[in-house]
Amino acid sequence: MLMPKPDEAVLRNREALVARLERAVPGGVIGAEDARRAYDTDGLSMYRQLPLVVVLPRSTAEVAAALKVCKEMGVKVVPRGAGTGLSGGALPLADGIILGLSKLNRILDIDYDNRTVTVQPGVTNLGITHAVQHAGFYYAPDPSSQIACSIGGNVAENSGGVHCLKYGVTTNNILGIEFVTMDGEVVRLGGKHLDSEGYDLMGVLTGSEGLLGVVTEVTVRILQKPETARAVLLGFPSVEAGGETVAAIIAAGIIPGGMEMMDNPALNAAEDFVNAGYPRDAASLLIVELDGPMAEVDHLIERVEGIARGLGATYCRVSTSEEERAAFWAGRKAAFPAVGRIAADYMCMDGTIPRKELPRVLRRMTEMQDEFGLRVANVFHAGDGNLHPLILFDANNPGELERAEKFGAAILRLCVEVGGVLTGEHGVGIEKRDLMTDQFDAADLEQQIRLKCAFDPDHLLNPGKVFPVLHRCAELGRMVVHKGRMPFPDLPRF
Amino acid sequence: MTVLKPDNAAQVLEAVRWAVAEEQPLEIVGTGTKRGLGRPVQAAHTLDLSGLSGVVSYEPEELLLTVLPGTPMAEVTALLAGRGQEFAFEAPDHGPLLGLPGGGGTVGGVVSAGLAGPRRFKAGSARDHVLGLHAVSGRGESFKAGGKVVKNVTGYDLPKLLTGAYGTLGVLTELTIKVLPGPETARTLVLAGVAAADGIALMAAALGSSAEVSGAAWVPENLAFPGLPDRTPCAVLRLEGPAVSVAARMTHLRAMLDGRAAQAELAGEESAALWRAIRDVTPFAEDPDRLVWKLSVPPAEGARVLDRLLSACPGAKAFLDQGGGWIWLSLPAGDALAGAVRGAILAPEGFGGGGHATLVRAPEAVRASVPVFQPQPAGLAALSARIKAQFDPKGVLNPGRMTAGA
Repeated sequence: MLMPKPDEAVLRNREALVARLERAVPGGVIGAEDARRAYDTDGLSMYRQLPLVVVLPRSTAEVAAALKVCKEMGVKVVPRGAGTGLSGGALPLADGIILGLSKLNRILDIDYDNRTVTVQPGVTNLGITHAVQHAGFYYAPDPSSQIACSIGGNVAENSGGVHCLKYGVTTNNILGIEFVTMDGEVVRLGGKHLDSEGYDLMGVLTGSEGLLGVVTEVTVRILQKPETARAVLLGFPSVEAGGETVAAIIAAGIIPGGMEMMDNPALNAAEDFVNAGYPRDAASLLIVELDGPMAEVDHLIERVEGIARGLGATYCRVSTSEEERAAFWAGRKAAFPAVGRIAADYMCMDGTIPRKELPRVLRRMTEMQDEFGLRVANVFHAGDGNLHPLILFDANNPGELERAEKFGAAILRLCVEVGGVLTGEHGVGIEKRDLMTDQFDAADLEQQIRLKCAFDPDHLLNPGKVFPVLHRCAELGRMVVHKGRMPFPDLPRF
Repeated sequence: MTVLKPDNAAQVLEAVRWAVAEEQPLEIVGTGTKRGLGRPVQAAHTLDLSGLSGVVSYEPEELLLTVLPGTPMAEVTALLAGRGQEFAFEAPDHGPLLGLPGGGGTVGGVVSAGLAGPRRFKAGSARDHVLGLHAVSGRGESFKAGGKVVKNVTGYDLPKLLTGAYGTLGVLTELTIKVLPGPETARTLVLAGVAAADGIALMAAALGSSAEVSGAAWVPENLAFPGLPDRTPCAVLRLEGPAVSVAARMTHLRAMLDGRAAQAELAGEESAALWRAIRDVTPFAEDPDRLVWKLSVPPAEGARVLDRLLSACPGAKAFLDQGGGWIWLSLPAGDALAGAVRGAILAPEGFGGGGHATLVRAPEAVRASVPVFQPQPAGLAALSARIKAQFDPKGVLNPGRMTAGA
């Protein structure tokens, strides 16, 4: 993975930088190499890079002060939350600082009347729910890493989770943010009220992967827990039948709280690991969870069961207790570590496809296993078409990591080819950066970089991520100017 | 005054390139039903997108609709209803409020104005449902953003930026929007005889319960809404979903609020008519000379802000939506009283801004002189101006529509 060439002048100036950062963030600067080593990677751990300096501010003012120093000295900044991201968004740069937000970890305000919680970015996703669950509330987006991942990271990546088909992803569940620009200016958007006025900057900050600003405060909406939830396990003799069932459930007007699919290799790995009671011979397994009032859940479970049986389900089991529902999910939630047991290493991909293309994509992936000589297991957020193929490999075998990466790239290109996108919830980061040109043409990418130029014209915030080529803002394509006659003058005008 | 009426995206591109080259600003319209929203545009020429009309694809099982921006909302609503689906954000029909017939308007207009209805707090607004788009920037360049799938984090979320930007950042040429199943049934609980503060407390209790309320409004005694008792202030709560579920939640909700107000219920068309009137701000459509503001504030502060508005603005009338979070305010013809209205918003007590106020209906001269949208702090305003300059450096797209001089 090619990263921007380190700036020699910045490397030479390291001592001066450390001294100035220590004045800006007293006691919050890590210079020693051993201590910096702890920050050399994130959830995409095959890539490592020692950062130039690590800075751990404790307040918005310290974040702003650190950014001002870096701006003045022309030093790159990589913001980092909990470091659980799977696309390398927090991979350090040799000539850049890591700006870690983990010490900004306070819950600032819980407001049940307005149904909001305001937190600093280092608070974990699950930490929000823990703070309000005694009153029956929760924060809806639930990425699998929710015990560790931070809300600031969730905003940067626009994280999803298994319940997002019904309850939305991060962007649909936040009401306000405070962020600091690369210039060190503090900007507040929204609050406890609906909609932030003017251009929807909260919408573009969310999911901007740390390239537009550093989020220092987040106000989220909280919801009351549904009265009950029940899940049904459905086994099918083919992947197609599972896919058709998903489409039929949605066409029937039912939006389940969660709807997950696993293919045969994935469900067997999970079953080996947790004994969830999955039907090992099924070609595909669906977990459909309905939540809401008891009467609604019972009614919809019956309808889902009917739809599945009509489409050839060979296995059907409805959870009758909270323990059983948890057991159904245990296998799915452990799918990644379970696959980790049957292979030395695995790589998790994250494309989204139109659901109707699922059989074709899975068939093609099966063929590709032979082409690349590697196995793949599939877990799938079936409701929203977000596919997580897990490519199994052994990094100790020479060449296998490279083959796995090529296999992954081929899968993501396939997702784009069938009308989908490169990433549904993990972000582009460095992992999919060089594939961006498969989904977007030059004009599309240039328009996105123009937005970046409005926030950070020197490309100091997290460069080398998301975009394959960085043009200086002043050197972006010149405007097309076509002097001359009025367009299509032959058309009627009024 | 020239009207350019392209038939396709290539002609839109040609028109914008011409405008850029000649530095001739364009007013971008669909069917023109929302011309009265926002600041008046200063442009000698009009780019009329009503010719870019039609459904490109509709896939109910994928929850996806792709349309050209000039497609009439009425056509799309009927198409979706045929499969039991809808735009979950309940776009209002502001035609009558703005002195026009109802049932007009285009999908592009709804997206450009970033509209939402009573379900806003639960289902989001247009920005939460626009998944992808094609557009022409004010640089005369075509680009696409987002995608045609319901879940996507690839690249910046430019569809959100263009939604609600009133055509000032790009000319839309295609839109992909998420659609959802419409509710099987809806019922409304009417809590009669409650003042605003009590109404907000009742709504907060309901919204903080597991009843999954999908509409929460309060109306005063001096405004008439269909289905509600005359001259009685009421809080109204809507429940939607499968009939069996709505019945169970209604029982729960009525028990929970028992003894706090007189209860009554509306169902079927009666319930639908009430929420259409709340969505479309129908009571304010009747007296077209009065000015209309919409305020967005933290819901629990709705009653306090309302009190301040009513004492600062003689002759004001108002009702609340979003559990108190939206205040629809009508003022007698004349001064828009922007200082008094915006001054009624409580200063933020630590977390987030206190809200914002938009002048929704006023004569053109008033909208040209009073900031229609909430003035922004300097840093945010400068950032917004830099974004506008990146997307439209010559200022040819709807100049002045959101901010004077930009």
